[in-house]
Amino acid sequence: MSSDVDIAAPGIGLPEGDEAEAPPGVWRRALDNLKTGNLGILPIVLGLILIIVFFSFKATNFFTADNFNNIIVQMAGLTMLAFGVVFVLLLGEIDLSIGYLSGIAALAVAEFQLPGSGHAYPGVVAIAIAVGLCALIGSAQGSVVAYVGVPSFVVTLAGLLIWQGVILQVLEVKGVIVIQDNLINDLANYYFSPHAGWLIAGIVTGLYLLGTLGGVIGKRRARVKIQRPLLIVAKVVGVAVACFGTVAISNHAKVPSGLPLAGVLVVIFLIALTYLAKRTPFGRHVYAVGGNAEAARRAGINVARIRIIVFMISGAMAGVGGVILAARLNSVDLNVGGGTLLLDAISAAVIGGTSLFGGRGEVRSALIGALVIATVSNGLDTAGYKTGTIYIVTGLILLFAVTLDTVARRLQVRSGR
Amino acid sequence: MSETPVLQLRGISKSFGSVQALTDVDFEVRHGEVMALVGDNGAGKSTLVKCIAGTHSPDSGEILFEGKVVHIHGPKDASKLGIQIVYQDLALADNLDVVQNMFLGREERDWLWRLREPVMEQRTGETLSSLSVTTIRSIRQPVASLSGGQRQSVAVAKAVLWNSKLVILDEPTAALGVAQTRQVLELVKRLAEQGLGVVLISHNLHDVFEVATRITVLRLGRDVGVYERERTNQQEVVQAITAGIPTKVAGIPETAPELAT
Repeated sequence: MSSDVDIAAPGIGLPEGDEAEAPPGVWRRALDNLKTGNLGILPIVLGLILIIVFFSFKATNFFTADNFNNIIVQMAGLTMLAFGVVFVLLLGEIDLSIGYLSGIAALAVAEFQLPGSGHAYPGVVAIAIAVGLCALIGSAQGSVVAYVGVPSFVVTLAGLLIWQGVILQVLEVKGVIVIQDNLINDLANYYFSPHAGWLIAGIVTGLYLLGTLGGVIGKRRARVKIQRPLLIVAKVVGVAVACFGTVAISNHAKVPSGLPLAGVLVVIFLIALTYLAKRTPFGRHVYAVGGNAEAARRAGINVARIRIIVFMISGAMAGVGGVILAARLNSVDLNVGGGTLLLDAISAAVIGGTSLFGGRGEVRSALIGALVIATVSNGLDTAGYKTGTIYIVTGLILLFAVTLDTVARRLQVRSGR
Repeated sequence: MSETPVLQLRGISKSFGSVQALTDVDFEVRHGEVMALVGDNGAGKSTLVKCIAGTHSPDSGEILFEGKVVHIHGPKDASKLGIQIVYQDLALADNLDVVQNMFLGREERDWLWRLREPVMEQRTGETLSSLSVTTIRSIRQPVASLSGGQRQSVAVAKAVLWNSKLVILDEPTAALGVAQTRQVLELVKRLAEQGLGVVLISHNLHDVFEVATRITVLRLGRDVGVYERERTNQQEVVQAITAGIPTKVAGIPETAPELAT
């Protein structure tokens, strides 16, 4: 093999790309991927389809446009928390405080909009305070991890207890705080008109198309080979189908008709955080620190700074999720931030394919995992199962997903020669 | 020699508590040469490298880089000067691909804070082919799937990509098989051919004699002497490593003469 050929054809996106054998390439690649455990999101998407088919037969009012909208709103808050979890897991750390941290955000947003309390601010300001507070708490916890060296498990476990305590202290006196601010409540209760929905689907698809085209043009300019052009086209078509399909179903819903704002917020954060993780130096450094912190340090990366920012993101996303969860109930009570929220958020990220060992995962895995958890929980609920069953099934799915990840890891090590 | 050496250490001493790790060590590397640094375990090789890298600061003595006195206080200072150290345990992130590792910590980005992947990919390809690293199938595959020799090549190529003037290789062939060792030694030669100063730290005298221009021997924290490869043999160097200078009493090498001419 001559050197020029090898080096001139480096444009291969996935590890197993073997451009030299082009004709049977697709199948070989698929086989290679299977053998090396690089399954991507395929198993989880198949699983999701199975779950949907199962419940569609099991419960009559599951496979309806109304319930579709319902699931979107149910999962929105959880997904936001899970987005933050992905970043923390990428570092190989854990954040146990996010459940009650989201409760703190809910409490703050309710408190700072409360009419007649002397500190009733407009909804936007209340939301900003709530999210900012959580970001601050997150970075404080991250600083203890990064500078003092206390394991994140312990720091955030302490956070879990502390923020639960704070919520109990405050709400023991107040009981329930009702959220009257329309802007805050709209976060989980506003539905776009059909036309606005189509417009949003068009904008999202257009942005994705522009981003893809930009990448292709950049590669052309640098004379780097574009790999698998068909896959790129397929991805654009896939995004378009997903966007317009979602809007089409949402517009069919009767009771609250139209695309829910909460779903749009999830997509906005999905895009922004994916950009951060995959397209910026910061995101690259997060992956590097998660993969090999020592190598990152030697490359001149400020590892402590990366850790703190990641815990700040985790805190902020818990804040955003908390505000949406509070908006959905229009109120805050003693149970806020509790229950299975924390474990659901971590499960979502892991089920979606983010590794617990750091360095491997995608932002979108949070969305996919949350979709699975919300669908199972909603389906079992609709079919009339008890809460206990929901927990058992979710647990089994989690176990299955992590087993798959561990096996995949072992295969990758083995194929790594 | 009329040419200024790329790196010159004069009278470096370093002690850790009561342990005298380095005593009055002189060391120099010229452009375009491979300077081997050899010595038994505990001779002070790693301490010397850490002084150059800025991990330790010497108690006395001075470091000259291209004729100017410099103070190095950490990996960032060293890399700013153009000193790149390739460590034994390979400072690569396994989960990142070759391009991502090559640019780690110095990513190219545009005004949107966006990584300029095509540019980085192109430059990685150019650098690797300039060093004739041909065995890597795709520079978009994760480093985890590369062989030991390929990983070492990537780590070395990183130094070239960043326009380093001095590359220090700490036991680059320690964990490699015969073919891969050959591959890495070829790469070391090519680095020197490109005009870089190369420091090769190795226990393997066979490797050293294959690529080194000159050999500095450290023993018990002192430099025993500098040997030109052309005018010496393995026996002489082994003796210097184990017993100091043959004409002197073993263990008192401070009167060691400069053997290089």
